Amino acid sequence: MNSTPLIPLVKVAAGRQLARLEGSVPAGTARALTAGGAVLTIASAFLSWTWTADFPGDLTVSGYPGGLQWLTVTAGLLLLLQALSAYGVRGLRWLAPTGQTRALRLLALGALAVTWFTLGAIAEELGGLANLTAGGWVAAVAVLPALYGTRALPADEKPAARPATAPAWQERLIVTAIAAIGLGIFTYGIDTSYGELFEGFLISVVFSATAFFRSGLFERISALLTRQKPFAMTAAFVAAALFPLTQSDDHNANVGVNILIFATVALGLNIVVGLTGLLDLGYVAFLGVGAYTAALVSGSPYSPFHTQVPFWIAALLGGGVSLVFGVLIGAPTLRLRGDYLAIVTIGFGEIFHIAVRNLDGTSGPKITNGPNGIPAIPDISIFGLNLGQAHQLGSFTIGRFANYFFLMLIVTLIVIAVFSRAGNSRIGRAWIAIREDETAAEAMGINGFRTKLTAFALGASLAGLAGTVSAHVTYNVVPDPYVFAGSAPPNSAFLLAAVVLGGMGTVSGPLLGASLLYLIPEKLVFLRDYQLLAFGVALILLMRFRPEGIVANRRRQLEFHEADIPAQGGSTDTTTLSTAGA
Amino acid sequence: MSNLTKTATAAPLLDARGVTMRFGGLTAVNNVDLTVSEGEIIGLIGPNGAGKTTFFNCLTGLYVPTEGTVSYRDKVLPPKPHLVTQAGIARTFQNIRLFANMTVLENVLVGRHSRTKEGLISALIRGPGYRRAEAESREKAMELLAFTGLDNKADHLARNLPYGEQRKLEIARAMASEPGLLLLDEPTAGMNPQETRAAEELVFAIRDKGIAILVIEHDMRFIFNLCDRTAVLVQGQKIVEGDKETVQGDERVITAYLGAPLETETATEPGETSTETSE
Repeated sequence: MNSTPLIPLVKVAAGRQLARLEGSVPAGTARALTAGGAVLTIASAFLSWTWTADFPGDLTVSGYPGGLQWLTVTAGLLLLLQALSAYGVRGLRWLAPTGQTRALRLLALGALAVTWFTLGAIAEELGGLANLTAGGWVAAVAVLPALYGTRALPADEKPAARPATAPAWQERLIVTAIAAIGLGIFTYGIDTSYGELFEGFLISVVFSATAFFRSGLFERISALLTRQKPFAMTAAFVAAALFPLTQSDDHNANVGVNILIFATVALGLNIVVGLTGLLDLGYVAFLGVGAYTAALVSGSPYSPFHTQVPFWIAALLGGGVSLVFGVLIGAPTLRLRGDYLAIVTIGFGEIFHIAVRNLDGTSGPKITNGPNGIPAIPDISIFGLNLGQAHQLGSFTIGRFANYFFLMLIVTLIVIAVFSRAGNSRIGRAWIAIREDETAAEAMGINGFRTKLTAFALGASLAGLAGTVSAHVTYNVVPDPYVFAGSAPPNSAFLLAAVVLGGMGTVSGPLLGASLLYLIPEKLVFLRDYQLLAFGVALILLMRFRPEGIVANRRRQLEFHEADIPAQGGSTDTTTLSTAGA
Repeated sequence: MSNLTKTATAAPLLDARGVTMRFGGLTAVNNVDLTVSEGEIIGLIGPNGAGKTTFFNCLTGLYVPTEGTVSYRDKVLPPKPHLVTQAGIARTFQNIRLFANMTVLENVLVGRHSRTKEGLISALIRGPGYRRAEAESREKAMELLAFTGLDNKADHLARNLPYGEQRKLEIARAMASEPGLLLLDEPTAGMNPQETRAAEELVFAIRDKGIAILVIEHDMRFIFNLCDRTAVLVQGQKIVEGDKETVQGDERVITAYLGAPLETETATEPGETSTETSE
């Protein structure tokens, strides 16, 4: 027998079982169970879960949570807050504009997942469940009442209440708080010192984010951010700029700057893939062009050109040379459509990689030093400020990578500005029109080839610009990262995955996707051998459950979830759009 | 139609001469001549597969005709769709080809592409000139939406419009390129009688704006209500062209649509009755 019909069967059966729980106890009891369960969950984290400090984070202390236990505490707190909000406690109802139960169920599931994950990790690491102390077993059971309570709660069918309009200063205060929370979550994630903590962190974030997404809170927030767009942009920028100041050592700033480089290039690719709909699988070559250009004029003793130009000239040069390469590669390839274009761009990407490997003086002119690349790239000096040295800013020490982080942040800002301004203009509309229907676009007077070439070249030059910084950050430029697929970012497959995972056609999508795709391989060392497999599985799951990416462009959201949108003429504000992209 | 006398004297707007389109051994359009003058509404009818849409594609640069030339305002048109639109011919498609995931307003703004010239650099700098052009485009697009009755749906996604409004939007989008000649490919396909009447009104309103129209249609009442002249295309050849009496009375047209009669007496009957009913 074929096993495929089994999956829906199991799903239906499980659904029935869970549905049977619904209403099995009165709603009041269920709510009390939920709230009480949340308190129990929090309390259980104060016990000692294991007997030895061999498990990282020291979970042996009673009376004080440590390490992964903090995640259980957080999950319990969020659950408690949401449960209190379900009780109608004033000042907490904003937590769930459209549905308490859905959010509660996910939060309870999240608390269960993170707690059981921790216990499982202890058992796995120390060799058996015997390593759990009584406190650990209590914690395992303590999360269950809340789970049962949320399952027994009646499903909510509350229509979205109209958001109350607050005065502008209050809204700005909320935006500031959101930026601070965002920075806090990001910093916590990047600071996680061992794999288990990062995994637990990911589990917590995924469940909580889904819960608040389902409760309608995120929709409310995104509406708020749209209303306060300039202020929200500034707040996000300030939060990003504060990130290096939260770090005591320079290592995480290095991670930060690499994420920014990766994210910026992904945003450039988003112009080509997300807006114009051209599947470019060799995009990382343009990052390489920018990096090599900057390395060649950096004054490195291994560069055949013994010149050193100021960084801003090198940056312009890197962008410019990438632009030229973009036009050179785009002009022949962009006459193809769809799959053929994708295949040809892979080819050109590989040509770049192979060419720089061979321009070593034996099989070609000596320009790139072949596989050895160009090492010893000196640090950038801007207005006499050497970015290679640590500087004091008040009581904070700004290390080398923090310096580059600030520089890269400016580059990212430029790319964001270019993306959103170009995307929301005559030329951007032409790009989207070509993505939607090239024949119709041409019949509307759009020169298809030229418009596509503009997108291709602009994307290339943005990647080149990011490449110039990356050359200096890493001290050296070698051909190896600039391939189609590899086990670490950036390579073309990762870049594309960042765009698709984050959300095509949006600004925040690729930034988020790139952060995730950089941090996961960085933190989850055990995945190293199975990384590509894991990403393949993750992308398949994503395409099945959320094809528009984590951050949905309003447009694509409407495209994929038409059934979820109220029918014609129902409520106009759900189907209307404000501007392109989030 | 009172326009008949006026248009006869006007210079031809569109002049297609000897247009032939061959796909390998198949001749889809064979030596077709057609002229459209200022302010005219011309119909193009024929059975399925007669080559009407292929002929349209030859006029709009989607196909390069194997033989023959198409000129617009005495200039031979280049065989590139965007240059044809630039020259002043806009079209709609038989199967609706809107930009489904753009808003209604954005669809019309795309239609204005050939009449604006702000490039990438000015979009990045966003100077006063750019803002002015963008505001003007928006205003003109909103005017067109008001003209077609879609102004209250400007922010909806094109894909979410009902079928009839999608047809209207396609016409509005085509008009945004400020054409002198509008080619409509089956504008009433799939519409109910009321919608078809509304479409007729819309076509007249467009003509009153000074835009000539060439329309492919299967709805004969629509064609004969609207058109100053009608050309009939059968198997790639234009067999007859003229006003509705000429076309309705022509035996070859009847043969093409209804098949050749077994007896000569029955052949004249449908022609006669149809002329009677329409008068």
